[in-house]
Amino acid sequence: MQIDRRRFVSGALGGGAAAAMAAWFPAWAQPVSAGLAATLPTVSGNDIRLRIARQTMRIDGKLSRAIGINGTIPGPLVRLREGQQARLTVINDLDEDSSIHWHGLILPFQMDGVPGVSFPGIKPRSTFVYEFPVVQSGTYWYHSHSGLQEQLGHYGPIVIDPAGADPIAHDREHVIVLSDHSRLAPEEIFRKMKVNPGHFNRQRQTLSGLLAGKDQPLKERVEWGRMRMDPTDVADVNGSTYTFLVNGYGPHDNWTALFAPGERVRLRIVNASAMSIFNVRIPGLRMTVVQADGLNVVPVEIDEFQIGVAETYDVIVTPVEERAYSFVAEANDRSGMARATLTPRVGMIAPVPALRARPLATMKDMGMGAMSGGDAGCTPEHAAMGHCTVADASEPDHAAMGHGGHGGMDHSMRDFDVAPQVKRDPSVQSISPMPVDRMGEPGQGLEDVGHEVLTYHHLVALDRNPDVRAPDRSLDIHLTGNMERFMWSFDGVKMSDHHEPIPFIEGERVRVNLINDSMMSHPIHLHGHFFELVTGKGDHAPRKHTVIVQPGGIATFDFTADALGDWAFHCHLLYHMHAGMMRVVSVRPREDAA
Amino acid sequence: MRRASLLFASFSAFALAMPAAAQADPHARHGASAPMAPAREGGASGCTPEHAAMGHCTMDNDVEHHGAHGDTEMQADPGEHMDDGAHAAMPANGACTPEHAAMGHCTPREAITEGHGEAAVGTDLPPGDAPAPPPPSDWYADRIYPASEMEHSRHQMMKENGAQTFGFINLDFEYQARKGHDGLSWEGEAWYGNDIDRLTIKSEGESEIGEGLEEGEVQLLYSRAIGPYFNAQAGVRQDFGGGPDRSYATLAIEGLAPYWFEVEGALFLSDKGDVLARVEGEYDQRITQRLVLQPAIEANFSLQDMPANGIGSGLSDVELGLRLRYAIVPEFAPYIGVEWSRKFGDTARFARLAGESVESTSFVVGVRAWF
Repeated sequence: MQIDRRRFVSGALGGGAAAAMAAWFPAWAQPVSAGLAATLPTVSGNDIRLRIARQTMRIDGKLSRAIGINGTIPGPLVRLREGQQARLTVINDLDEDSSIHWHGLILPFQMDGVPGVSFPGIKPRSTFVYEFPVVQSGTYWYHSHSGLQEQLGHYGPIVIDPAGADPIAHDREHVIVLSDHSRLAPEEIFRKMKVNPGHFNRQRQTLSGLLAGKDQPLKERVEWGRMRMDPTDVADVNGSTYTFLVNGYGPHDNWTALFAPGERVRLRIVNASAMSIFNVRIPGLRMTVVQADGLNVVPVEIDEFQIGVAETYDVIVTPVEERAYSFVAEANDRSGMARATLTPRVGMIAPVPALRARPLATMKDMGMGAMSGGDAGCTPEHAAMGHCTVADASEPDHAAMGHGGHGGMDHSMRDFDVAPQVKRDPSVQSISPMPVDRMGEPGQGLEDVGHEVLTYHHLVALDRNPDVRAPDRSLDIHLTGNMERFMWSFDGVKMSDHHEPIPFIEGERVRVNLINDSMMSHPIHLHGHFFELVTGKGDHAPRKHTVIVQPGGIATFDFTADALGDWAFHCHLLYHMHAGMMRVVSVRPREDAA
Repeated sequence: MRRASLLFASFSAFALAMPAAAQADPHARHGASAPMAPAREGGASGCTPEHAAMGHCTMDNDVEHHGAHGDTEMQADPGEHMDDGAHAAMPANGACTPEHAAMGHCTPREAITEGHGEAAVGTDLPPGDAPAPPPPSDWYADRIYPASEMEHSRHQMMKENGAQTFGFINLDFEYQARKGHDGLSWEGEAWYGNDIDRLTIKSEGESEIGEGLEEGEVQLLYSRAIGPYFNAQAGVRQDFGGGPDRSYATLAIEGLAPYWFEVEGALFLSDKGDVLARVEGEYDQRITQRLVLQPAIEANFSLQDMPANGIGSGLSDVELGLRLRYAIVPEFAPYIGVEWSRKFGDTARFARLAGESVESTSFVVGVRAWF
């Protein structure tokens, strides 16, 4: 299998150089990237064929079952040009239904590829032809929207070149597809979480940790225990079963990308994971973020960024030294990392940083943001008016407010009066009593890493937003869940419980407040639309297709319901969606709504 | 407290609703300052080689060092790069002079924050209160694809996102060494169902080595989630082993109590009209990620004397266990432990009359396995 793949890749590169070099390295260290050319097999043009089939893949020397496209994992890079008519013939060679969803692409809803929402799906051993005009440019991706196929490797990157000049100057580009892979069958991963809460967590708080003075002190552990909340519950599926991949290669495979010192290297980074939110950094190199979710942003230089499942970021790095750099994507619970190398010469490697200490959830992650201090939205004026508590004031304030002994934990963690729209359901373990906007925060475990980390507040759209009207109305959606039963829902209602779509009128502009009532981050994806994050950027709000809603926090976006049809709307953590955290959104002409 | 949070919410809403005067200005500044940061910090980001070649900025030391290596690309025709849009690296730069802007190298800040100074725009505007439209009554895809195919796939999609069923089997099997006859005991549970409704089978019992089955029971229950942590259960129980085999109707509640205690309470009504009750509790104290110390308690009660079964009214018996298990994998954990049990009241009296001991301490070795 590996030989096939190697041959395939070097064949795709069109050069014998990579193949010749490959012979000199043992299998585990097999670098497949020639770096100077596109590193993934690429398909382009006006008639693209993609064949979905079962195969095996070798990760860090171990063989594993998978689903690939055109024989590779990730699937080939689909390279389109803005303005062209895309025609993609998808052949399903599986023994089950399949589909391809073009993530982030603006297209007619019947080409969006969600079985049961936008089309009937692709039957086994049959073919479906997707045809749509390409109206945008940037970095996107595609994946299965059927069952749990995505976990098995059914995903790949899309790059759309702009019709005109690319405003992002670069000398070289590499597409970096991050993903996660387990040797367990995805159905089994799901079942284990259903029958054994926190099954994959091997980083819990322990008695030996307590005696060693680690993690929460006893008093806090008792308080959290009272609420049946586990602060180590950061990632449901993690490094205890996953190997984290870069372009289909494990950390020991060490996928390698080349550069010549001084070049502006554009990295098109796609998080195609099923469940893994990554923190990405390249020790020794700062990164300039130039694009988020396919759309250009005002360049912003940072040292690290968190990338939610299904998000994409393009960054420019300018390595000037003749040395190798490690590209590290650390899982947000620090249970493992994906690793690659940027190097001027194949074979040169850089030290790989150790995993950092895993983060512990805080009271703010439980939705007590306004009480727990550190409220990013709390200005001094605000605080002076008594509306909120600034970051550095904590215990004394609590005491003054009558919470003395418990530090704010007297709030009911399941008070439905706070969120009347949420159904009283076993799927709702808690309701954030005082959630705050957390879009200005870098993400769990990144508050204190000693360098600059991207937040959504850093992002400013390069182009003026196409629709700058005020929203006609606003809509709250609660992200609800129950870790003890691994149930996930919106407003306490699972997809399987609710057949009624969330309605929008064509052309209306709506402000959506996503309120996270759980202690986990949820990357929320709206199909068929870009939305503008409400982060105080006026008519240059960053436009995205996926937004991380941090634990116990709020993320707010405005969007124009301009794409007629029914669309999927869901948490992009695959098993959360699979557990029910999804809804259909329907955009109808105004006359229909009358 | 709820009132306080509502108060806070309404104040935040108020803050959101005072747009122009109070918020537009700081926001404008905020909006522009973030992207300026990299440019101010000098370095490689804002200053592209092309830019530097045109003398518009100074590159940092690393870049100069690299330049000394004599890369020709840096000397490439700047005009060509401008066509490529190489200037975009610093569009919102505060250092964007009019001349610069005229050359198309950058976008002056005013252009970006246009209309921002006086009145709020775009996402800075507060939302209106238009009513939400009614949900549609048809499916859009049915207009394009055969409705029957859509119906089938829609059903599949709904099922696939939250309506799955699962099965689970757990078995604890242990050897009990004690004075007199050693024993074997088991406790197991299996269920099949979805998130809310499940069919559950429970069984427990023990036998004395050389004496055969001492006591055993099987329960068949319908289980329903009644909250985030608790299940209510109803069904039947059948006893076998020592004494007459009785049948019972069962009502139970089980779940996770505050402080992570697994608790269970059950009421049993026998076919002879006898009423029994049982409470159980256990706690997993993780010593390391794999090593778990589990104290457990079980107490049985009876409303009446049942001499044939050796059960007296009131508190009949208590079992206290302490087990230390090591999870080789989460699904398989051997354990050792100690269990102390004692009969009370009339139950103890019946035991003495039968020549049995009323108290025993066992050392146990067992395995827990689940699938």
